[in-house]
Amino acid sequence: MTGSTEAAAHPGGLEIRRLTSAIIDVSGVHVLPGRPVALVGASGSGKSSLLRAIVDLDRNEGDIWLNGVRRADLPAPEWRRRITYVPAEPGWWGERVGDHLGDPGEDRSADLRRVLGLSHIRPEQPVEQLSTGERQRLALALGLSRNAEALLLDEPTAALDEDNRALVEELLDPMLAAGLVLIMATHDPEQARRLGLERLEIVRGRIGGDQPDPAGTGT
Amino acid sequence: MTIDPGNGAVMLAAIFLVVNAGLSLALQLGFVRRMAVAAVRMTVQLALVGLVLEVVLNSASAWLTFGVMSFMVAVAGYEIMARQERPFGGFWGYGLGATTMLMGSAIVTVFALTIQLAPEPWYSPRHPTPLFGLTPGNAMTGIALGLNALTGEVTARRRGIEAHLLTGISRWQAMKPAMRRAATAGLVPIINAMTATGIIALPGMMTGQILAGADPSQAVRYQLMVMFLIAGATGLGLIVAVIGGVIRLTDNRHRIRLDRLRG
Repeated sequence: MTGSTEAAAHPGGLEIRRLTSAIIDVSGVHVLPGRPVALVGASGSGKSSLLRAIVDLDRNEGDIWLNGVRRADLPAPEWRRRITYVPAEPGWWGERVGDHLGDPGEDRSADLRRVLGLSHIRPEQPVEQLSTGERQRLALALGLSRNAEALLLDEPTAALDEDNRALVEELLDPMLAAGLVLIMATHDPEQARRLGLERLEIVRGRIGGDQPDPAGTGT
Repeated sequence: MTIDPGNGAVMLAAIFLVVNAGLSLALQLGFVRRMAVAAVRMTVQLALVGLVLEVVLNSASAWLTFGVMSFMVAVAGYEIMARQERPFGGFWGYGLGATTMLMGSAIVTVFALTIQLAPEPWYSPRHPTPLFGLTPGNAMTGIALGLNALTGEVTARRRGIEAHLLTGISRWQAMKPAMRRAATAGLVPIINAMTATGIIALPGMMTGQILAGADPSQAVRYQLMVMFLIAGATGLGLIVAVIGGVIRLTDNRHRIRLDRLRG
């Protein structure tokens, strides 16, 4: 089974079919555009491991489709350009902020940085010098600037105060309304409610029970 | 004129080690044991190698020459693995260092024997054995340092490298800074040696030759040739070892695979 028949069977959104790794065992999840999902579960239940497995950072087995394209049919870098993962603790490959922004002409995150209250940060500043919250917002701005088809956010506001959390939610809200495919790991039920996310619970690496219903009417 | 130092004269030179040991005991610096073990080990190893070389040099047997070389590589390969904080698991832990070191050393030794020195017959062991004895020792140090830097770098900076991979770049692009650091770490000793040679340090081989009565300009020419060969063998072996290390530390889905390291 390949090609057009498969593509027709997997029309839109992010569809996970039986994804297993050393830590997780997920039988089926379908996140549709405009039906974003809050991934909830106790610490150590496998939220980050599931997100890492989806972008293929850890060894895993399983089939995933994004808007009709199968993960196994794409090289991993191409898959990661289509689906962006922003970890809870962002990583930095360079010393300075500017090392992560791309060349001046290609700096696509400038507007997002301004919206997230990071206008004061200059490219020559060492990343180490930023506060935890500034680093988290910068990583989010960089992730969003890649304009991927789907977004996986791991506790994106965990290190932020109330005002900055509101900035992030105000930024995401219209994107979700426009049909962004999103899975957000969160500990905050209020945030999930404010953003209109459907609850997807992971327990000891497994997802079962109350999955979002693709045909449902929402909450 | 050559003065052959007798065994007694050689042992007399060890008197400074005894002085060192006394100082260490008095100041509680704690290196007596390690220094004594190293000194005894060196004495035994060199005495044995002298015996072996005498047999090898007198035999002119290609097989014996080859056997001695294989033994050197086997031991040096083990040394590379033993110097890793976290060596690769399985065959790779030994194999990556040993094969790349063998490759670098073999290429330059064959080159030197066929093009530069061309002894008759080529296996006449007075040339290949000492030549081949110099390159693995230095290539061993370079490769061990380089691989250790590579695995240490990827272990320490995993989060940053993964963040870079998440932007949709290939494993080779993401590993470039780690590869650069590994190459630098492995090449620094030989670069330092080339820089300092002749000014603040007279190379041991050349000094030994002059003490043994050789013409200084001939000794210099040999030393230059040997240094070029050593640097070449170290560089070749190191580059291939680092590339092999990256292949092993990542996989074809462009993931970091620290699970392939031991420990």
